[in-house]
Amino acid sequence: MKMVTAIIKPFKLDDVREALSDIGVQGITVTEVKGFGRQKGHTELYRGAEYVVDFLPKVKIEAAVKTDLVDQVIEAIAKAANSGKIGDGKIFVSSIEQAVRIRTGESGDEAL
Amino acid sequence: MMENNIFELQYAIDTFYFLVCGALVMWMAAGFSMLEAGLVRSKNTAEILTKNVTLFAIACTSYLVIGYDIMYGGGVFLAGIDGGETLVDDALKASAENGFGGDSVYSAASDFFFQVVFVATAMSIVSGAVAERMKLWSFMLFAVVLTAVIYPLEGNWTWGGGSVFGMYNLGDLGFSDFAGSGIVHMAGAAAALAGVLLLGPRKGKYTADGKVNAIPGANLPLATLGTFILWMGWFGFNGGSVLKLGDIANANSVAMVFLNTNAAAAGGVIAALIVARLLFGKADLTMTLNGALAGLVAITAGPDTPSPLVATLIGGVGGVLVVLSIITLDKLKIDDPVGAISVHGVVGLWGLLAVPLTGEATLTGQIIGALTIFVWVFGASMITWGIIKAVMGIRVSEEEEYEGLDIGECGLEAYPEFTGSKGSGL
Repeated sequence: MKMVTAIIKPFKLDDVREALSDIGVQGITVTEVKGFGRQKGHTELYRGAEYVVDFLPKVKIEAAVKTDLVDQVIEAIAKAANSGKIGDGKIFVSSIEQAVRIRTGESGDEAL
Repeated sequence: MMENNIFELQYAIDTFYFLVCGALVMWMAAGFSMLEAGLVRSKNTAEILTKNVTLFAIACTSYLVIGYDIMYGGGVFLAGIDGGETLVDDALKASAENGFGGDSVYSAASDFFFQVVFVATAMSIVSGAVAERMKLWSFMLFAVVLTAVIYPLEGNWTWGGGSVFGMYNLGDLGFSDFAGSGIVHMAGAAAALAGVLLLGPRKGKYTADGKVNAIPGANLPLATLGTFILWMGWFGFNGGSVLKLGDIANANSVAMVFLNTNAAAAGGVIAALIVARLLFGKADLTMTLNGALAGLVAITAGPDTPSPLVATLIGGVGGVLVVLSIITLDKLKIDDPVGAISVHGVVGLWGLLAVPLTGEATLTGQIIGALTIFVWVFGASMITWGIIKAVMGIRVSEEEEYEGLDIGECGLEAYPEFTGSKGSGL
């Protein structure tokens, strides 16, 4: 079992969700987050005073998937979230030690 | 008998007009509340709303207890305003002799109602300027003093016709302030300026090397709604100040005042938007909102005499002045989160000085009047704020300022989160 965590541009969320549904991902968790990467921040203006917004809004997607699906998931996200411009985000993959479905008590791959 | 009927009708119409205009001005309290709630950070929303609703109530009560008596001699607790048959009889006689074109005659209670909402307006101006860092109860205490004594006294020297500490009479010098650019707006701004100088800027607003940091307001839709509410209320503010509706000349005057008030606000918006665009390269919304209010403040001292074009220009100059003034105050490190000192003070002064362009006021009279109002209100406010500061302090702790005044002063949040049915859920 792997946890695929992707930080993407907010306006790409719908595309990524559809791409993941198409390859059979059963569920994802989405969080609105803020952060910075090489894109850095941008400046805004309020009553004549400029201020730097250091942390840009992004969306974090977490998908717990079976190990054999990981490459497909990465490819789907990378394709759907790509705008070709700076700030498209990153994908991280980590291992999951255990998973349990609360309603039935199923565990492991069955719970995903 | 016929004359009596006409008079009674005129009396009823003028009283009704006065009351409706008073209710419109009362609604400006909602405008100030929304404007200020929109321009502060969300952690200070509940506190500023508490302040706005309470200052309105304090203004109404202090003015009823003693303020109106100081300003117009209505008696403590309004003991002397019960109308009186003699007043009506005398007025009827005078009015009939004038062919019903004489001075306005209306219920004394309606006069109090119309006047009291102006006091609340003056006090509302203070609340925005000291937002996000002043102790709630210190502010309330100041509200009592301003609305019971400081404002009524200068009101007596101007609209009340009294002499300034027995020394000189502003009316004799050619001073004229139709609906209160100076008497209400600049006065409120003078009190605010004194408070802000003793209070200091919000933490983080200015850096040591003189840079101005932006502290963006939390809710610009609310700020815009507040501006529109004020704009609407202003028709009562200026329109009601004609004091009479019930004959052709005055009905025409009322219509002209409405027209000019609206035109000046529009001029203020356009001018402020263009100036902000030229200076900052962007269409700055909050500056534009301040521009609308600047236009309204500018025309308030004389909305009855200018042509519509001149009214638009007077408002437009107000819109330019307000943007420049806000920038200048920031350079001086005078932190005014909503721009109240610029909108009501600087532009209020411009409004007074613009009256001689079209009205009967003299420039000397306007300057002396403006100085009298400013020196008195600023000085008396400085002393009052100073005493309150020495006795109980006026500024919240640094920690409370960081946490937000909502929790510190009101014990709640305006936009609570994580408050489920058992106190910890979503």
